[in-house]
Amino acid sequence: MSNSTIKNGLLNQVLVNFEKFEAQLNGTTGNIHGTRKEALETLKTQGFPDTRNEEYKYTNITKALEKKFSFQEEPTTLSLKKEEIEDRFIKGLDAHRLVFINGEFSRDYSDFSEDAGLEIIDLPTAIRSGHEALTAHFGKYADYGKDAFIALNTSLAKNGTFIQVSANKVIDRPICIYYINDTSSNQTYNYARNLILGGENSQATILEVHSDLGAHESFSNVVSEIVVKQRARISHFILQSEQEKGYHVGTTQVVQEKDSYFANYAFTTSGEMIRNNLNIDLIAERCETHMYGLYLLNGKAHVDNHTTVDHQQPNSFSNELYKGIIEDRSRGVFNGKIYVRQAAQKTNAFQSNKNILLSDTAVVNTKPQLEIWADDVKCSHGCTTGQLDEDAMFYLRARGLSKDSARALLLYAFATEVVENVTIQPVKDYLESVISTRLHKDF
Amino acid sequence: MLTIKNLHASIEDKSILRGINLEVKAGEVHAIMGPNGSGKSTLASVLAGREDYEVSEGEATLLGKDLLDMAPEDRAREGVFLAFQYPVEIPGVSTTNFMKTAINQVREYRGQEPLDAVSFLTLMKEKMKLVDIDQSLLSRSLNEGFSGGEKKRNEIFQMAMLEPKLAILDETDSGLDIDALKVVANGVNTLKNKDNATIVVTHYQRLLDYIVPDYVHVLYKGRIVKSGTKDLAMELEAKGYDWIKEEADAATA
Repeated sequence: MSNSTIKNGLLNQVLVNFEKFEAQLNGTTGNIHGTRKEALETLKTQGFPDTRNEEYKYTNITKALEKKFSFQEEPTTLSLKKEEIEDRFIKGLDAHRLVFINGEFSRDYSDFSEDAGLEIIDLPTAIRSGHEALTAHFGKYADYGKDAFIALNTSLAKNGTFIQVSANKVIDRPICIYYINDTSSNQTYNYARNLILGGENSQATILEVHSDLGAHESFSNVVSEIVVKQRARISHFILQSEQEKGYHVGTTQVVQEKDSYFANYAFTTSGEMIRNNLNIDLIAERCETHMYGLYLLNGKAHVDNHTTVDHQQPNSFSNELYKGIIEDRSRGVFNGKIYVRQAAQKTNAFQSNKNILLSDTAVVNTKPQLEIWADDVKCSHGCTTGQLDEDAMFYLRARGLSKDSARALLLYAFATEVVENVTIQPVKDYLESVISTRLHKDF
Repeated sequence: MLTIKNLHASIEDKSILRGINLEVKAGEVHAIMGPNGSGKSTLASVLAGREDYEVSEGEATLLGKDLLDMAPEDRAREGVFLAFQYPVEIPGVSTTNFMKTAINQVREYRGQEPLDAVSFLTLMKEKMKLVDIDQSLLSRSLNEGFSGGEKKRNEIFQMAMLEPKLAILDETDSGLDIDALKVVANGVNTLKNKDNATIVVTHYQRLLDYIVPDYVHVLYKGRIVKSGTKDLAMELEAKGYDWIKEEADAATA
């Protein structure tokens, strides 16, 4: 089978799925429906990427999807018990909670309140009501012409979350979105689409937590568009664990206005093939941006983080720290683009990607990509890939620590540099426990 | 306590130790001196179990137990302590943090109950005084941004915590001003008793004014070419190493 027939196979099934989806809409969607059709047309023209596409050089997700998924979505019988679902909630986290099971919004397990100044609406409800802000912003930032999987999501996303924080409103409780896939009887598909609007001088934290329960594969294709208005502060987390058979292509598309703050945290501890795109446009002056990532990979996990920060105006600051521990036959991919446009004088942009390889068969592909047109800027980038520090190992063992303890302690310390930036204590505790378990740090 | 017989060791096929013989008894302080490149630090590293070195011949036993066969952690648990010449910086790991694990793994090896948090803290406070080290330093990333003196005091602090049978101080005086040197020496002297032993590896006699050795050995080209008392160290200080080199080279020529 040639590459083009493979791609067409996936594409043809997507077209069938779109027709089915359209039939359910009964013409109620207006503008958004138009956007979906345009996205689909783009996808038809451009097709899905193979490894000849520079952006997907190391991550042949199209081939993997073709091979593993039928894309014939069957109605799944949910067999999850209440305890199993609740077990996936972050302990001790007082949050607005939204739960999606196999891509469908579950009102039963969700628990959130719409305080004054905070709107949280599931996507179909928001679309049906013709919500003005949703219509104005939907699909305006994540460019479906640039990435086939943004196009796929834009055309097929049935569900997701619309969040609007009013000007000057500070949301103390994080908004936590759980995507739980019940893969015990079938493969699952989740095309979640989120739109998050942080009003002027507002403040909020949003978490997206992905996990699977069951033996079959899951495919997630999530797009989150986030608008950070003037002086707003938004923090966004993506937590991916318990997904040994998870396939995921997600895009977080962010636009920051003047004097705004945005922080993104991406933590991945499992996944058959994961691709996280993070694109941040700094369209005005004095933006502050933080990008943190940690991937702890074993088995045959494949995790690819592609990030872009685009400094378009002067006096903004961006800082990026991604770290990976890669063992067995797993692979980590990092690509970090920093653009500094000619107008963006006095930009400070820093990037660091550090990896530890724990086996001969573990692989890292890392590529920093800086394109700078302005002349008065401070930019730096660095990437390191190595093994565990032998001198440090000997030092700890010479004090009586077993080889395993010394190894776990050093790896834990390596990971801590990322985790210590998390300020919400229950989330930090959760991450520390996930990391401890993974590193067998049982002391 | 420590018996070394005909010890040969090499790194990457380069022979460094060429037949060391040494007997250290409980309660004794031995100084190992010698010119640069004579093998002093190699001897310290080989005893502590650094895996870069290959021991091709000879033996080293601690209280009758074969050291060379043991992993570095087991040597530590048996009571060997190496104060590093260049203490490693480990970001993200604090002294407090790893010492608790170390102490309890050592205790477990010796069949003792683990220390609870309170006992550990009490022990720490007691040992901190010994080397005049601040708790905040011990909560920071290990040796990261520490001054030379702070690094060496931290080494002696760890020694105090672990109470080794055999302490090996590898160039502990290097990079120390006289005040720091006194603090470090005072710590070592306080920890000394009739049941443990100390090996002081140093290039200069200076440290030996403060940690007074019972025996002084001069290492040259991987062998102990001269042994004596503290007077030998004084003589080296006055005359340098050249006369010893000549003597040794003449003997082997």
